[in-house]
Amino acid sequence: MAYSFPEEVLEHVFSFLSSDRDRNAVSLVCKSWYEIERWCRRRVFIGNCYAVSPDIVIRRFPEVRALEMKGKPHFADFNLVPEGWGAYVHPWIRAMSEAYPLLEEIKLKRMVVTDESLELIARSFKNFKVLVLSSCEGFTTDGLASIAANCRNLRELDLRESEVEDLSGHWLSHFPDNCTSLVSLNMSCLGSEVSFSALERLVARCPNLRTLRLNRAVPLEKLPNLLHRAPQLVELGTGAYSADIRSDIFSNLAEAFSVCKQLKGLSGFWDVVPAFLPAMYSVCSGITSLNLSYATIQSPDLVKLVSQCRNLQRLWVLDYIEDSGLEALAASCKDLQELRVFPSDPFGAEPNVALTEQGLVSVSEGCPKLQSVLYFCRQMSNAALVTIARNRPEMIRFRLCIIEPQAPDYLTLEPLDTGFGAIVENCKELRRLSMTGLLTDKVFEYIGNHAKKLEMLSIAFAGDSDLGLHHVLSGCKSLRKLEIRDCPFGDKALLANAAKLETMRSLWMSSCSVSFGACKLLGQKMPRLNVEVIDERGPPDSRPESCPVEKLYVYRTVAERRADMPGFVWMMDGDKALAFS
Amino acid sequence: MEKNGVGSLETELRLGLPGGGEVEIKNEKKRDFSDFYGGGENRNQVVGWPPVAAYRRKNVFTGGKMYVKVSMDGAPFLRKVDLSMHKGYSELVKALEELFGCYGIGEALKDEEEKCEYVPIYEDKDGDWMLLGDVPWQMFTESCKRLRIMKRADASGVGVHAKDLLKALSKEE
Repeated sequence: MAYSFPEEVLEHVFSFLSSDRDRNAVSLVCKSWYEIERWCRRRVFIGNCYAVSPDIVIRRFPEVRALEMKGKPHFADFNLVPEGWGAYVHPWIRAMSEAYPLLEEIKLKRMVVTDESLELIARSFKNFKVLVLSSCEGFTTDGLASIAANCRNLRELDLRESEVEDLSGHWLSHFPDNCTSLVSLNMSCLGSEVSFSALERLVARCPNLRTLRLNRAVPLEKLPNLLHRAPQLVELGTGAYSADIRSDIFSNLAEAFSVCKQLKGLSGFWDVVPAFLPAMYSVCSGITSLNLSYATIQSPDLVKLVSQCRNLQRLWVLDYIEDSGLEALAASCKDLQELRVFPSDPFGAEPNVALTEQGLVSVSEGCPKLQSVLYFCRQMSNAALVTIARNRPEMIRFRLCIIEPQAPDYLTLEPLDTGFGAIVENCKELRRLSMTGLLTDKVFEYIGNHAKKLEMLSIAFAGDSDLGLHHVLSGCKSLRKLEIRDCPFGDKALLANAAKLETMRSLWMSSCSVSFGACKLLGQKMPRLNVEVIDERGPPDSRPESCPVEKLYVYRTVAERRADMPGFVWMMDGDKALAFS
Repeated sequence: MEKNGVGSLETELRLGLPGGGEVEIKNEKKRDFSDFYGGGENRNQVVGWPPVAAYRRKNVFTGGKMYVKVSMDGAPFLRKVDLSMHKGYSELVKALEELFGCYGIGEALKDEEEKCEYVPIYEDKDGDWMLLGDVPWQMFTESCKRLRIMKRADASGVGVHAKDLLKALSKEE
């Protein structure tokens, strides 16, 4: 049967398959389908750079055009992964520079990228089009200059939230005069001022520019110059949104905005002077995505702006918006799908704003399409969580951070088990959950019983015993990523559910009670897992085996043991009792 | 206790050298969530809480820069230092030593307690004077309003122990 279709026909059929899952399924049908599919796979996504090696990828997929890869575990965002842990991209770039001369796209998240890597990319891939570096670090503006200067067909350069050593703004001037291909430029994370005339000319000569995210140093008075040269913009990130209050600056700005009829997304807004916000009102009715999470303005100004955006689907904002502002949001923005409220004063001992659980309840009541929430607050109740769960059963992502660890229901002083239990019971499509507050093993029982589609779970300062962890590992069928900090989970649940870990991408446990002995045992039992003990107190075997490790990172892998471990990481190998890096 | 908001200007006119006079140092530890472990040897510094991404923390208020004034007892002029330029206490102490040409703030603390003439302290958001090194670095940068390198002889109140700064410094090596 397999021989009745010529290869070319099958290849053509497979070219319509874009999802990795579909392509993986196709590969399993028979050997010839596996062969045909691997030669025509163009996009590869690697969720953990250490799960596989460059050689293995290149051997299987010889004609890749686009690579997307993630490195450090998520908790690295909160400084929990010590510097030097790993996630270096250079070996990948080196291998691909020889194997994939036609590579067009590289998208990386939480990886260490050097100028050397950027220079190699610029030199090796003649048709390079897309570079997205999300939360990456290790490179300077010199590396960016290489990319700008050498990638003739560059379409996207996006440095979102990366930590770049900013030597100067001169890199932007390296785009040659005949570069007209830019579609997306995100330089919002850079500190230095770029040459404004170079930026102006670049924007003017790229007719397909759709996304432009400026950095803070681009002054507001000059923004109209850019908008007039790119009226087709769909996404704009402003620079600092402040200037001397002058009517000509205001009118120029308002006029420039009115010309941009395609604008759907706005971000930036550092140092906002509220008087200039009305200049944007003409575009507000078309705005679907608004990131005000750096805008340190008070609730009345926020409300005035947000109420203009009737078609808003995504809002990121600081807790200055307060409960009253969220109530207004709920009344105006009926298409809202995603809300993120960040803390303006995360380390303050006392609340500085009038934002409580009530704000989130209002939004859950008023916004029928709400499916994704990230909410920082200082008090929560089971009643509120139950209400939210009942209001929004189609919730997909729910991340709640009550700033005080182990804070109970502020009304009843009970744990928040019932509230989060209601979330997982009602929201059957829930894929991502982050929990905080006072939580016992009970909540994990609810999660294990109900959260059947949950893929990512983040836990902190929660639970009473190993039973909690056991509920999660044994019950959550779809679990891929589990990250835990400061919970009394130990050896028993981990070892009893060792096989589960091979069905997941990764497990992170820090400041828990997993002993060194258990880590060794896990490493021995499960050869297809990398069990990394991360401990800055020195070699684990200089302490008793029962001593808990500081941090544990476990992930499935088909690669050989990684060769780039720093001195504070120990790999629990199967063949040796203890292996040092 | 009077709270000064972020960005408030404090203009102090004094007679005499800046930084002089007695200061009461509160040695009680700020509530940095490590209370959960009840102290003791294995006290974990509670890093990364609340879970606000490092990138976001740097950028919300200050443009990434965190300039604070530094005064040193006996020095005629105050200086300013950018806390965001340093990754931890040891880097900061080194920078302070270079600024004032006073080597030994950090070094002397490592070799022998109580030997160093100077002690680095800071004023936090609540207006309290705190010994450098008690709280995790990120938390410190968020709450530090200004620094002072104080003559040990001027310190009253509970005994100022260099042990804690020592611990913080040694953790970073």
